[in-house]
Amino acid sequence: MIKMRLGVFSILGLLFLSLAVMTSSAQADGVPTPQIPKALQKTEKGHAELMRRNHMDLMLHKRDKTVHEGIRGKQYSLKACVSCHAVPGPDKQPVSIKSPKHFCRACHDYAAVSVDCFQCHSSKPPSSAGLVNLLEGFLKR
Amino acid sequence: MNIDTENRESTNTARRNFLAGIAGMAGVSIASGVTLFSFAEAKEAGEAVTSKVRWGMLIDTNKCEDGCTKCVSACNKENGIGTTGRAETDPQWIRKVQLRDPKTGNQTSLPMMCQHCAEPPCVDVCPTGASFKRADGIVLVDKHSCIGCRYCMMACPYKARSFVHEALEDQKSHAPRGKGTVESCTLCVHRIDKGGIPACVEACADEAGGAMLFGDLNDPKSEIAKRVAKYASRQIRADLGLNPGVRYQGI
Repeated sequence: MIKMRLGVFSILGLLFLSLAVMTSSAQADGVPTPQIPKALQKTEKGHAELMRRNHMDLMLHKRDKTVHEGIRGKQYSLKACVSCHAVPGPDKQPVSIKSPKHFCRACHDYAAVSVDCFQCHSSKPPSSAGLVNLLEGFLKR
Repeated sequence: MNIDTENRESTNTARRNFLAGIAGMAGVSIASGVTLFSFAEAKEAGEAVTSKVRWGMLIDTNKCEDGCTKCVSACNKENGIGTTGRAETDPQWIRKVQLRDPKTGNQTSLPMMCQHCAEPPCVDVCPTGASFKRADGIVLVDKHSCIGCRYCMMACPYKARSFVHEALEDQKSHAPRGKGTVESCTLCVHRIDKGGIPACVEACADEAGGAMLFGDLNDPKSEIAKRVAKYASRQIRADLGLNPGVRYQGI
C-alpha cells in the first residue's frame, strides 16, 4: 500500500515538474534562446553565421599566429571581439566578464560552456573616446 | 630526440666569436648626439617575424643611477604588474641590481631582466613547449600551454622569471597575465610589433639618464650594432654560452 502511494506521488510530482518547466520556458517558438547583445559596429556580411560556429577555431589559430609569429591583425583577434562586442553597464562603461550581460557570457552561460580566456585576457576594451560614443549609441538604440 | 643543429636558426655563434675578438675598450664615453634607439625596417601588420632581425639591448651602467627605478615602474605600468602587498611572491619582470667590488668599494647599478638568450635554457627545459624563442630573438612564455611547473625559473641563471601566484583582475589588453603561469620580460613585444620600443627604454630616455639602447643587433646600420661594434660591452655570465641579447657597458 505504502509502495503504491509513493508511486502515485512520484508520478504526480513528475507531472507537476514537467508542467512547471514547460510554462516557464514557453516562448514564441517554444524554445528558449539566449539574449545576445548587438555589436557596436556593423561588419561584413556572414560574420555572425561564421563566428557562431567557428569562433573557437578561428581564435585558436589566430592565437598561435599572434604569440609565436607576431601577427597582430585585427581579424579574429580577441581584442577586436571584445571591443566591438562591448556591452555598457549601469555606469555606461563596458561590463567585464563578471557581469552576466557580457557578450561572451550571454551564450556561454546558456550553453554551460566555461570561458577561460578572461582569466588572463582583459574582458573589456581599453577606454577611448570612440568607445564612449559607440556605447552611448548602443544605449540609445 | 634528434635535433638538427644545422637548421636551428637560433644558433648564431659567429657574431659572438667576432665580438670576442674585439680588443677591450672599457670606460669609453659615448659621443653626444647618439640616439637612444633606432628603428629597423618596419614589419607589416600581417607579416610573421623573421630571424633577419635580432632584437637586443645595450645598457650603459655609467648612465644608470643608484636608486633610480624609472625603468621598473614604467614596466609595471605598461604591463599592469601590481603588488599584492606580499613582496616575496610579487611578479617582477625587471629589477635593479647593485654590484659592489669589495676590493675597491666601487658600486654599479644596473637593470636586470630576461636577457633574451640565443640559446635559452628556459626553452630547453620546458616540458610543454610553452617557453619559446621567437624568430626575432625574443624569448616568451606561451601562457596558453604553460602548466606552471616552474622548471624554466629554475633553469634561468638570471632569475628573470616570475610565477603568478594569485588570481588577477583588470589586466592590460595588450599584456595578458594570469594565475598559474610563468612570466617574464617580453621586451614589450606588443610595442615592437607596432614598430615601437620597450617601455623601460622609453622611460629611461625620457625621465632618467638614457642608459638603455634598444635595436636590431643584426642590422649593421642600427645604432646598437654600431655601438657594440665600436665599444666594449659584456654579456652577463657569458661563460655559460647562452649569447644573451642584452649587453652591458661599464661592468
